[in-house]
Amino acid sequence: MNINTTKIISLLFFIFSAFYLYTAYQIQVFAFDENAPFNARTFPIYLGYAGLFFSGLKLILPDPDTIKVEHRTLEYKKTALLIVIAIIYGATILKVGYFLTTSFFLFASYYFLGERRWVLMFLLSFPFVAGFMYLLHGVLEIYLRDPFLKSIGVMG
Amino acid sequence: MTEGILIGLTTALSFQNIFMVMIGCFFGTIIGMLPGLGPMTAIALMIPITYGFDPATGLILMAGVYYGAVFGGSTSSILLNAPGVPGTVATSFDGYPMAQQGKAGKALAIAAWSSFAGGTLSAIYLLFMAPSLSKVSLSFRSPDYFALMILGLTAIAAFSSKGQFLKAMMMVVLGLMLASVGQDSLSDITRFTFDNMNLTDGISFVLVVMSTFAMSEALTIILKRNDPTAAAKQVSLTELGSIKINKEERGKMYRTIPRSSVIGFLIGVLPGAGATIASFLAYGMERNLVKDDEKEKFGKGSVNGLSAPETANNAACSGSFVPMLTLGIPGSGTTAVMLGALLGFGIQPGPRLYMTNPEIFWSVIMSMYIGMVILLILNLPLIPYIARILAVPKNYLIPLILFFSITGIYVMSFNNFDIYLMIGIAVVATFLRLYDFPMPPLILAFVLGGLMEENLRRSLLLSNGSWEFLWDRTLTVCILVTTILIVLWHIYKTFSKKKS
Repeated sequence: MNINTTKIISLLFFIFSAFYLYTAYQIQVFAFDENAPFNARTFPIYLGYAGLFFSGLKLILPDPDTIKVEHRTLEYKKTALLIVIAIIYGATILKVGYFLTTSFFLFASYYFLGERRWVLMFLLSFPFVAGFMYLLHGVLEIYLRDPFLKSIGVMG
Repeated sequence: MTEGILIGLTTALSFQNIFMVMIGCFFGTIIGMLPGLGPMTAIALMIPITYGFDPATGLILMAGVYYGAVFGGSTSSILLNAPGVPGTVATSFDGYPMAQQGKAGKALAIAAWSSFAGGTLSAIYLLFMAPSLSKVSLSFRSPDYFALMILGLTAIAAFSSKGQFLKAMMMVVLGLMLASVGQDSLSDITRFTFDNMNLTDGISFVLVVMSTFAMSEALTIILKRNDPTAAAKQVSLTELGSIKINKEERGKMYRTIPRSSVIGFLIGVLPGAGATIASFLAYGMERNLVKDDEKEKFGKGSVNGLSAPETANNAACSGSFVPMLTLGIPGSGTTAVMLGALLGFGIQPGPRLYMTNPEIFWSVIMSMYIGMVILLILNLPLIPYIARILAVPKNYLIPLILFFSITGIYVMSFNNFDIYLMIGIAVVATFLRLYDFPMPPLILAFVLGGLMEENLRRSLLLSNGSWEFLWDRTLTVCILVTTILIVLWHIYKTFSKKKS
């Protein structure tokens, strides 16, 4: 059997399906539902077996079209940086508020992607987010929590 | 009936109602273009306004918002690979690659014409068949729905790129697994939440679609930035915004539109099926029907591949009014909101609605023709300007895609857990995409997961745990035989290609 990344992904999916199936069997159902033709664990159990079946087949059968990815040409560093910025964004949005975190998120993303036109970067972050926020909050009346804007008296 | 149609026509052609259709289409298109805000949100926002009008005008306004939002959703699918509504996911399969080849204007024009044709043809079918179709749609039982969903999932897997059937089936199972997270709909027992309260309500559709399409697309573009084979083609703004459809492309659309409108309308009529299944089935069917050389273009910017789901989703929108108006059963989440509004007006939908309230029933149907024309007039001149979004440099476009995706999720729940979950799913999806694991089957399975379990539950409970329900009814058997034929055909094709 030719071992390639697709096979490794299939193996991981096989293990994941086995874990899913194990968890499906652990779902607590009501006592009167235990022997019912269908209860909360029936469908997940079928899904677990289906996952094992298809990933198992993919593991066993030969893979005619092996996908080769040129890892050297991939931009892992910038992608990871952007993911980290997004995680920081998620961690701060509730405390700082939508306006500041989103504006800084956009500004930092432009910077890490190699942009250095400061005025354009500024315009497409702070005023852009303010405009979008006005559309959501002011026009469509979708509430956006923002402790920062509240503290300076812009939002009620 | 003729008298009713004439009353409806007079009501729909009043200045106020034409104005309402225009407002609805415009507002719907804008809302639909914002990822995360689909027709359901747009209609929900409109409900307080509609109560100021008479029921017919209110419903006409909501219908305008509905198909406007579906069309707007196609725009974000084509330009940003960020489908905001399930019904436009299939549009991105060929619309986005076409936009990437510098044909964004053409892709939007094909979408606009297909939507127009699909919606108009569907309104014609509705005019003649609405009362009788309500009886047909009632004949569908849980086993038939379950079989129909198996057919939809198998078809999308079988029609994914060659040699990818097993990968696609793995993605189908993964999508169903994701859909099973959260409370069981009947017993309220929580499943796969690992005591995390944030997962009790399950994972939202918008979150899954934004992470597997928009966010993962943005990450893939950054990841492959230095890949010479993936280097983006520099195209001129004139080429990007051109909405010219040549004779050959028109010929393809002429063949695709009629059949996709029929399948879209029929699926739309079935309660609970809706635009998503319609667009996926139309896409699968179209791929099956075109010639081999055109088949190879599917997923890479095929005209048929774009036209089919666009026609079907608009046809299904009109079709979904049949169960809502004649049976009081909403065909989709959006029509469920509209049904709520209709009940708020004190109108009880039912098989006799078209006789007791002809001005409501027929005016909505008549306003659909007007709505489709207005949608086309509004959108075609704007296409060259909308298409310019793609001319924005990648350094700005990628963060903006991420911004729209994350905001779309945040405004739905105001919960940062959803942002983390989104990032997690996007990272896994990006990795899977690198190795050609297709995402569309995952999305369709996620959408159908809840419905599929529900119909299997009903079928098994009714048959006392026996699987006989699969061959008890002729309709179920027919659907299952079609599924088996698709799988066999796929296996035959794979082996015959290997031999040759």
